[in-house]
Amino acid sequence: MTTYSRQPRRGGLRRGEAASGWLFTAPMIILLGLFLVIPVLMALWVSFSDWGGRGSPFSGSVNFVGFKNYSTLLSGGGLAEQDFGTALKNNAWYVVLVVPLQTALALFLAVMVNRQILRGRGFFRTAFYFPSVTSSVAITVLWLFLFNSTGAVNKALSYLGVVGPNWFNDPAGIFHFGATSGPAFLEKSTALGVPLWDWIGGPSVAMFALILLAVFTTSGTFMLLFVAALQNLGGDIQEAAMMDGATGWQRFWRVTLPQLRPTLFTVLTLGLIGCWQVFDQIYTGTQGGPAKTTMTPAYLSYTSSFVNQSWGQGAAIAFILFVIIVFFTLFQRWVLRERAVSKRRMRQYTVATTAATSTPVAPAMAAGAAADTGEENER
Amino acid sequence: MSTETGLEPRYTRTRHRTARGIAARSLLYAVLIAIAVVYIFPFLIDLATSFKSEADAAGDPLSLIPQTWTTAAYQRLFLSSDFPVWFKNSVIVTLLVTAGRVFLDSLAGYALARLQFRGRNTLFALLVGVMAVPGVVLLIPKFLVINQLGIYDSYAGMIVPLLTDAAGIFIMKNFFESIPASVEEQARIDGAGPFRVFWSVVLPMARPAVITIVILSFQGSWNELAHFIVSSQSPGLTTLTKGVAQLASGQLSQGTQYPLKLAAAAIMTIPVAIVFFVFQKRILNASDGAVKE
Repeated sequence: MTTYSRQPRRGGLRRGEAASGWLFTAPMIILLGLFLVIPVLMALWVSFSDWGGRGSPFSGSVNFVGFKNYSTLLSGGGLAEQDFGTALKNNAWYVVLVVPLQTALALFLAVMVNRQILRGRGFFRTAFYFPSVTSSVAITVLWLFLFNSTGAVNKALSYLGVVGPNWFNDPAGIFHFGATSGPAFLEKSTALGVPLWDWIGGPSVAMFALILLAVFTTSGTFMLLFVAALQNLGGDIQEAAMMDGATGWQRFWRVTLPQLRPTLFTVLTLGLIGCWQVFDQIYTGTQGGPAKTTMTPAYLSYTSSFVNQSWGQGAAIAFILFVIIVFFTLFQRWVLRERAVSKRRMRQYTVATTAATSTPVAPAMAAGAAADTGEENER
Repeated sequence: MSTETGLEPRYTRTRHRTARGIAARSLLYAVLIAIAVVYIFPFLIDLATSFKSEADAAGDPLSLIPQTWTTAAYQRLFLSSDFPVWFKNSVIVTLLVTAGRVFLDSLAGYALARLQFRGRNTLFALLVGVMAVPGVVLLIPKFLVINQLGIYDSYAGMIVPLLTDAAGIFIMKNFFESIPASVEEQARIDGAGPFRVFWSVVLPMARPAVITIVILSFQGSWNELAHFIVSSQSPGLTTLTKGVAQLASGQLSQGTQYPLKLAAAAIMTIPVAIVFFVFQKRILNASDGAVKE
């Protein structure tokens, strides 16, 4: 009985697995293939074509135009280039301000909310996380009300003796500090059709209101990622640091933060990817105005295609955006890479301690791996 | 914690719990409460303003108590606008997408985690690659395919492309890998086929992960805007997000109409708020999150 009656049975257990494997994954393959892979290829073709939105992009009347759509955007010298440059400028400032602000705020909130002595931790977490679950449309509607010229924000500012700006109608760059025109050399020289003076002007006041919105809605999500990571850290390194007489401040910067590096990387990456895709808020709130200062590449790609019927250009913008996102993700990965401890640092360690506390890297990685599995739940 | 190492710091900490400790703690609470007010207050303003008259909303935007309570905004929304249609469409889309994702994500996740077949690893690698494509980049591409397939401006075009998502499959795969294989082996020896094993043995065990998918899909599809913009155009197929966005941008009406808009925003927040409060523990207690249970 043992050998040959078992053998076929074994085969029976595994038989049909390949078939059902493909069967089980077939819906996924079809759906993702149809609505993710093929679309990308199709759009790639459109970005090299002169398709005008009518009929099939594969019909005989549609021509291959090479890099024309791309060159119009990047060096055409016309309105298309100027709009694209403006959109890039706006979004770049948005990224530069939102990513650090939301990360810092999320980390701060997580550390605060994670304190054992704090009562009402549940309440605070709920309060900080709630904006993250609501739709961007609802929040934008609310923001339009709060930040209108006679709205709640300006009313609150007036109690402090500050005259608030006309937020969503103010195209002035916040780093121009009220100056209406800059030195000639900055006004004359341009990049992507946009004067350097505008590039350095920072986000417009209107865009700044959207920046606040982004920080408001995403800090809660990222706070949860940090909380998860903090809870996975063992207490022993902290205690060892305490024994060595490190203050709370030192412990945060020298012990906790290095251990959070993997989560920090996740948060920065997700933040960066998300920030380059601002669309909902613009569509709902500002439609790119005032004076195109809240125009973003994502929204420009939409209007170029769906409103102006320049489908090739719209698709080209989408692909340039894709390249930008990939580039910055890789760049960030490179900046935040695990470096070998520098010689000078190393000397400090060997002089100061013997062995026990000098290698926070291994536990940090373990915590990171644990945090990674926790993170998927939240997104 | 070993007692000996724990003793010393704890001792110093208790000594700190004097005047300085109390001051520090009060400061902590003050800061957190101030931030919490900033986070909560906007939503209270939203609710309050939706019950105000137009003049009151403009005149005193900060007050949480309407001078005269009125449900005019809600009456207009429900009785003389397309709002009920938008709501209905959002419900239809969200329920179908959530159901589809729970089933298809777990099916694919199970296959990728457990079933042995050639090409499985390649498939998984492709899935990870697909996850990296930013959604906004797909706006135009998706429209092209939906249009080409002839399902533009239909429920099919709005729902089918959302029926599965790479991130959800990823979560389910991770979860199934954490379940001991012995349970399934037993069922197989008893003669159950792969689908039977999946449906009656493994899926019931995956409840925590399934709930995670439910939460994410519900939130994701209820709040989705961009996809509906590119997949439909007729007023009868407008979802809440699209309808309210157009209402806000003034495409549908003139004047500020803040009470009306804020009432719409408040109502569209309720379903996700309910889901959030029902599953609050699971969402917020990040460390013992769904997948690890």
